[in-house]
Amino acid sequence: MGMEREENIYMISAIVEHKPGVLYSISNMFRRRGFNIESISVGEAEQPDLARMTITIKGDEMLVEQVVKQLKKLISVIKVSILDPKNTVARELALIKVSTPDARVRSDVINYTEIFKGHVVDVAHESLIIEITGDTDKINAFIELMKPFGIREIARTGIAALPRGMRSVKME
Amino acid sequence: MVRMSGAKALVEALKRENVKVIFGIPGGAILPVYDVLYDADIWHILMRHEQCAAHAADGYARASGQVGVCMSTSGPGATNLVTGIANAYMDSSPVVAITGQVPRPFIGKDAFQETDIVGITTPITKCNFQVRSAAEIPKIVRTAFYIASTGRHGPVLIDLPRDTQIEEAEMNFDEKIELRGYKPVYEPHPLQIEKAVQLLIQAERPVIVAGGGVIASNACSELVTLAETLLAPVATTLMGKGAIPEDHPLSLGMLGMHGTVAANYMVQDADVLLAVGMRFSDRSTGNIKTFCPNGKIIHIDIDSSEIGKNVRPHIPIVADAKKALQAIYNRLIEKFNRKERSVWLNRVQELKRMHEEMVKNSGDGIKPPALMAEIRRILPNNAIITTEVGQNQMWAALYLKVYKPRTFISSGGLGTMGFGFPAAIGAKVACPNVPVVDIAGDGSFIMTEQDLASSVAWKLPVIVIVLNNSVLGMVAQWQRLFYNRRYSAVDLKRIPDFVKLAEAYGAQGLRAQSIEEFRWALKTALNSDVTTVIDVPISSEENVLPMVPPGQDLRNLMLS
Repeated sequence: MGMEREENIYMISAIVEHKPGVLYSISNMFRRRGFNIESISVGEAEQPDLARMTITIKGDEMLVEQVVKQLKKLISVIKVSILDPKNTVARELALIKVSTPDARVRSDVINYTEIFKGHVVDVAHESLIIEITGDTDKINAFIELMKPFGIREIARTGIAALPRGMRSVKME
Repeated sequence: MVRMSGAKALVEALKRENVKVIFGIPGGAILPVYDVLYDADIWHILMRHEQCAAHAADGYARASGQVGVCMSTSGPGATNLVTGIANAYMDSSPVVAITGQVPRPFIGKDAFQETDIVGITTPITKCNFQVRSAAEIPKIVRTAFYIASTGRHGPVLIDLPRDTQIEEAEMNFDEKIELRGYKPVYEPHPLQIEKAVQLLIQAERPVIVAGGGVIASNACSELVTLAETLLAPVATTLMGKGAIPEDHPLSLGMLGMHGTVAANYMVQDADVLLAVGMRFSDRSTGNIKTFCPNGKIIHIDIDSSEIGKNVRPHIPIVADAKKALQAIYNRLIEKFNRKERSVWLNRVQELKRMHEEMVKNSGDGIKPPALMAEIRRILPNNAIITTEVGQNQMWAALYLKVYKPRTFISSGGLGTMGFGFPAAIGAKVACPNVPVVDIAGDGSFIMTEQDLASSVAWKLPVIVIVLNNSVLGMVAQWQRLFYNRRYSAVDLKRIPDFVKLAEAYGAQGLRAQSIEEFRWALKTALNSDVTTVIDVPISSEENVLPMVPPGQDLRNLMLS
């Protein structure tokens, strides 16, 4: 009580059972409790029967505490941690299809891609697909830069994150 | 390892979990299991609606403290269980529900009587399983019972595709269960206990609030011992009713929207509130912002997600209620000098007298508070009372004193009309030698009344007392108080005749128009070996009082 209700972006890392229905039960819990998720990414973790889920959520401290507790309550969720943004490596991958009607546009896009350390992964007569990796701000900045050229499609993975150094969120 | 069919393995696994009874209804997708049950050593009680099967399993679980089991076929059988499963989840009751499913190759093809019961019940079960091969069955059954009956209790569902029931496999009944994501915490943290003890020693006006968790963890004697040591009065939630004998001088009765004067005032005045196995539901706290305004709150719960969900406690303790209360008591007596609390405790007695005044029968006809007192006078202390939902439930909670844990069974969280009667059937199966009485309203009883058939057929003579006001009473009360007497869609038009209804099912139907007639009727029912329905006509204008209007401070009790 008398707590500060400051809204922040939090990153939550969860180790979950890698089996059917788990993603459903987690996303269903978020929906039912009214937790608004900014992004969620999931993939196989260090053991094949485990998956690592990275969830970013906007809210105050009480909300994030509830999210963590409700996640822990699910039987298919094994471990949950809030990641400290200062000591976390967070990355997202985006594939962006950009219109390149002529050679001038094409070379502009390729130049920008190099500056952002992205890669051209598909070349067609009138479009390119750019692969770009980085934190969310970097990807947003690149997308802004591409907008005037005409973005046809975007696919983003959502954030994947790990704590730096020897800190870990894994099964003992 | 033994080779057998999935259906046989299921029944064998249930026997190993010490299951004596299953409440259910068969159908196409669960036929192989019912074929095994035909000559198995488990009593299957054929209910008349799957909702009743689930409520009966729930009532059985609450009365006995054992896991209750219900069973249905796929599709509509499974969806009919849903209300009962949701009810068990809200009230943390250990139930295992077993459903048939279409054969594996048909799953996802919208086959006849296919429904995604695993998807439907995900948010209302602790956990659920769909069997993928027969060999998994023994382990899944063990896991389901373990999860249902440990930590915070709750329902678990097992969905069995029909072909996995027929498939034969080598069954291992001793396989270790491993749950990496489920490790309930029972032992309280010593540091938190120390902080709680410090706070309780300093308290001048301590109050304890006991919830259903106290009963679930069999911590009632620990609760009373601690209360007597601290000289702290005890309020209960609806689910906690029975945690302390309600004739105990420190018992305040129920708190909340329909709380007693004593419970609501004492909780609001407390300087330290020890909340055990309760979850600060809106019905218990009134306006959350003005709840226990000057009190420091110690919150004990086995489910860490309950701590900080509605109320932020000063001292959170994640633990089993029994272990936490024991730990607090053991530390407390080392340093506690019994305090004089005559002013504080005199206030309890004074407020309780106000409540007693409300029980007196005045005017014509039967007044529900007086009826509740009369029921208590006639029933033995160990009788089990179930309730329906609405006015009948709140009258029972307020005016029918309960002396023992597990003798008051009510739908607290979900508020399921129609729960009380099938729950009474389940309780009667658990405790056949104890009278079981459902305090009902006419609106609620109609919702599951068809199971008079199973109650009569299986010779489970429960007693249903219908407080018949021919109206959806609680809705009408709100319309009277907050909607300017615009009685929208609540008139039940004196239908049906409950005496004739009972007789149609082969039960005994009695009617009582006065307290004297009621006394005779209840005694007749208690001496009878057949299910009895007692129809008690009451005025449709009665309000359940006291009442705190929704969203208001617990002190704002309407008394008339």
